[in-house]
Amino acid sequence: MKVFLVLGAGTAGTMIARKMASKLDRQEWKVVLVDKDDDHFYQPGYLFIPFGIYQPKDVVKPKHRFIPGNVEFILSDIELIEPDANRVKLVKDGRSIHYDYLVVATGADIHPEQTEGLKDGGWRQNIFDFYTADGAAALAGFMKKWDGGRLVVNVVENPIKCPVAPLEFLLLADWYFTRRGIRNKVELIYATPLSEAFTKPTSAAALGDLLTRRGIQLETDFSVGQVDSGKNKIISYDEREVPYDLLVSIPTNMGAPVIARSGMGDDLNFVPTKKDTLQSQKWENIWILGDAANIPASKAGSVIHFEMETAVENILAHIAGKEMTHQFDGHSLCFIESGYGKAVMIDFSYEQEPVFGTYPLPVVGPFSLLRESYINHWGKLAFRTMYYDMMLKGISVPLPTRFTMVGKNLKTKTKK
Amino acid sequence: MAQKTIAGKKVEVNDEGFMTNPAEWTKEIAAAIAKEEGIPKLTPEHWKVIDFCRSSAASSGAAPTLRAITNGAGVNTKDLFALFPKGPAKKVAKIAGLGKPEGCV
Repeated sequence: MKVFLVLGAGTAGTMIARKMASKLDRQEWKVVLVDKDDDHFYQPGYLFIPFGIYQPKDVVKPKHRFIPGNVEFILSDIELIEPDANRVKLVKDGRSIHYDYLVVATGADIHPEQTEGLKDGGWRQNIFDFYTADGAAALAGFMKKWDGGRLVVNVVENPIKCPVAPLEFLLLADWYFTRRGIRNKVELIYATPLSEAFTKPTSAAALGDLLTRRGIQLETDFSVGQVDSGKNKIISYDEREVPYDLLVSIPTNMGAPVIARSGMGDDLNFVPTKKDTLQSQKWENIWILGDAANIPASKAGSVIHFEMETAVENILAHIAGKEMTHQFDGHSLCFIESGYGKAVMIDFSYEQEPVFGTYPLPVVGPFSLLRESYINHWGKLAFRTMYYDMMLKGISVPLPTRFTMVGKNLKTKTKK
Repeated sequence: MAQKTIAGKKVEVNDEGFMTNPAEWTKEIAAAIAKEEGIPKLTPEHWKVIDFCRSSAASSGAAPTLRAITNGAGVNTKDLFALFPKGPAKKVAKIAGLGKPEGCV
């Protein structure tokens, strides 16, 4: 039997294992999926936990529920990947698995220990993250009792998972403290290493404008070098200081430690990946999907959905010894929750920055791009159901793979 | 794609002023862009970082990230910020005639 091995049973790993198990000849192939635990988190839901909109139990389900019977699911940590020997060593029972093809979908996690002082005395006292379920829950507990002060949201460095999440957090915070009647006692500050509110010019201007209208201050080009939790301030490498009463940190995001142990990653343990075929840059029988890859696309669930067709078709072509014809275009689609029952949507690719316009979707759409609307908010909320009940279960989601310019307006540069 | 004359030489630049063809770069161009970016004189410390970025980009095809620079060029982050204030990775890439570091949205 040939082995198609998938490491990581998150969004990307679960989806590719299911798809390959249905495409590959059962007489010839066995699909094996490995993960360290059985908790499948709906990570976009973390954002809602600090504001009491979701509870931690709303964003977790057992992984095995989404793994079909024709996939062998092994619960174990991974000791080492040996790509030159086509072998993976597991921790459990000292087992080794030889593979013919490998998909690395080991994701990305936060690493607060990478920043001096971030995990000192203030951690989980008045310094929190919301990129883990328990971090988000701890922050919810703090915010409920907080009577105001300076709330600083700080991105340590890029890339991060869901690059819009820090903005969403601030916009929701504006709404949350307004609703609690203490918005006048809360200062909201966004300290970012970027030079603007966001990366690309049109969306940076539109989202920057939205922050201004909500009374959110922007501290740009701020690369944090140290957190002084005794004096409650963050200090940048160029010695600017930003004091806080509540620090919401988005710590350095890195790929899995096993990637570093196996010598497969870059400086942040992300695996060098061909951005069009999604194949490893170094090993031709290895594909890298989702957050584990170093491709210049967002680390987001929608990207994985859009990657899937390219990955499946290219892997099948490669197995058959044929030319790989599918190219991933870097397509990404994000809802930006902005509070007051509204959200903004952005839709973009490697080549095309987010712009104004509409995103067509039969029946429920269209959604509005770079502008707030109620329908976008409902789209965002509906996504959790769509994720667990459709995407992960292999039921076709009505979001076409290829990026399209239909509905997009290139002339509008600023919000009028 | 726009053209711009820097240090007496016509070069291709993108809309943010990053050169698009590293082969058109010269040391004089580097000094001129550095001045525009608020660095009046390039010292040997600056050149150590610029040379590292040039050779890193030549082998990988892309301008190195901040971490790749501090890990590879033997300069700590604080000194790097002192040499190239604000966004060092972006600033070095610009001065070294490399494309903008590929960030993600």
